[in-house]
Amino acid sequence: MSMTPEVYRNLFKKRATILYPFKERELVPVPKGLRGKLAFNLERCIGCSMCFRSCPSETVEMIDDETKKRPKRPIFYLDRCTFCAQCEEVCPTRAIEMTLNFELAGFDRKQTLLK
Amino acid sequence: MSSSFSIIVGPQHPALKEPESFKFTVDGENVVKAEVRIGYAHKGIEKLAETKNYIQNIPLMERICGICNVAHTICYCQNVEYLYEKEIPRRAEYIRVVIEELNRIHSHLLWIGVLGHEVGFDTLFMYLWRDREVVMDLIELLTGNRVSTALMTIGGVRRDITSEIAQKLRKGMDILEERTRYYKKVVTDERSLLQRAVGVGRLTPAEAIKHSAVGPTLRASGIRSDVRSDDPYAAHDEIPFNVITHGSCDMFGRVVVRVDETIEAINQVRYCLDQMPDGPIRTRLPNTPPRGESVSRVEAPRGEDIHYVKSNGTDKPERYKVRAPTLGNLSALVEMLTSKEDYQVHIADIPVVLAGIDPCMCCMDRTARFVEPSREKEWIWTWEQLKKYTERM
Repeated sequence: MSMTPEVYRNLFKKRATILYPFKERELVPVPKGLRGKLAFNLERCIGCSMCFRSCPSETVEMIDDETKKRPKRPIFYLDRCTFCAQCEEVCPTRAIEMTLNFELAGFDRKQTLLK
Repeated sequence: MSSSFSIIVGPQHPALKEPESFKFTVDGENVVKAEVRIGYAHKGIEKLAETKNYIQNIPLMERICGICNVAHTICYCQNVEYLYEKEIPRRAEYIRVVIEELNRIHSHLLWIGVLGHEVGFDTLFMYLWRDREVVMDLIELLTGNRVSTALMTIGGVRRDITSEIAQKLRKGMDILEERTRYYKKVVTDERSLLQRAVGVGRLTPAEAIKHSAVGPTLRASGIRSDVRSDDPYAAHDEIPFNVITHGSCDMFGRVVVRVDETIEAINQVRYCLDQMPDGPIRTRLPNTPPRGESVSRVEAPRGEDIHYVKSNGTDKPERYKVRAPTLGNLSALVEMLTSKEDYQVHIADIPVVLAGIDPCMCCMDRTARFVEPSREKEWIWTWEQLKKYTERM
């Protein structure tokens, strides 16, 4: 196994790493269909509990709706989410959508609660 | 006086990444006896599956094994589909094969890299893991995630392969084929690899059958056995491919089988992309399957994967059982690690032979019952004890 051609090829290549997260954030390759952090639009929600029944990791909890527009409404504990996108798939009104945001690290667990 | 003594490796050991215990009796440099004790990693997936409905169980089955997650989800989904006795659309079956073979390419390339690392040939490891990124990116493009694909669903698949993705897949396959052919040349010519692989970890065809080895381990002993050809599932009945075997019955054979299987998988992906029929990608099935039992088999990258389901007519399975491929290979592993009259196993060969079956201990581990006849001791965790222990934590 001769390494010489590989060495020469790499000599004239651009660097492979990027200076994430401080610079060059836009260079992170994110495919179109990435299953990232989920976004919830309460206006569209009809409170059907389909997301609650299909979530495998108990991310979704149904609570009483303060506005009384719908019987129950979901809240999402994103620290438990496994990004399977099952809730997005079953949602009849497209109130739940997976975004391309993959930067979910934080210091406080409570901040991951999505209402 | 006997000069042999025992070396105990694991369950916690710096050289062993998974919690499993091995006891090797050695005489000088030779391993004369090997014993394996399993049961350290109890994940409780089967029990958990009984508490979730069929849809919630799909991501759970994916987490049995990270690397061969596609094999487990295909196995689970077709198992439940057998309960309904419904056919799924042909296009969905083709997409299942595409993603399954991409997963096989990724798993085999990963394994060859790991082997390079185990034999002290880290250049090969670095090269392979770099080229593996090509297939990881394709999986991410197709499914939305690098490893956990979440593409399967009961009744079909969740995402379609568009013409744009198909084009990128074809391009990726060309790169991977060129690289894999190069690695084929490397593994068959490179002296430093051959010296650690030829004649190491011998498993004769008779022993392989006796210990019911599965997957590439079995095929490297010259036995033609592959679920994809023996009992075709998904679209494998239409897709032509060769069952790769090798007659050397050692580590070298296992490497060659996996490299050739990668090339076969690349060809299968190409065939699927060319011949894929149009049409829907899933059929909608009701949430509760009818009462019944079913068994499904899938050829995972590591070997034959078997799932069993028992449905009682509710939306949750009454019993779910998984036989991961590594369990089939463990008994053969003990045979490979035992010296015989005409075959010596050295201590330095242990990591290489161990890596040879592509072990995924945590996939196959279940709770174990221990019986020690010498001390008349028999012990098993009961459900109450486990619950109490969990509460204390």
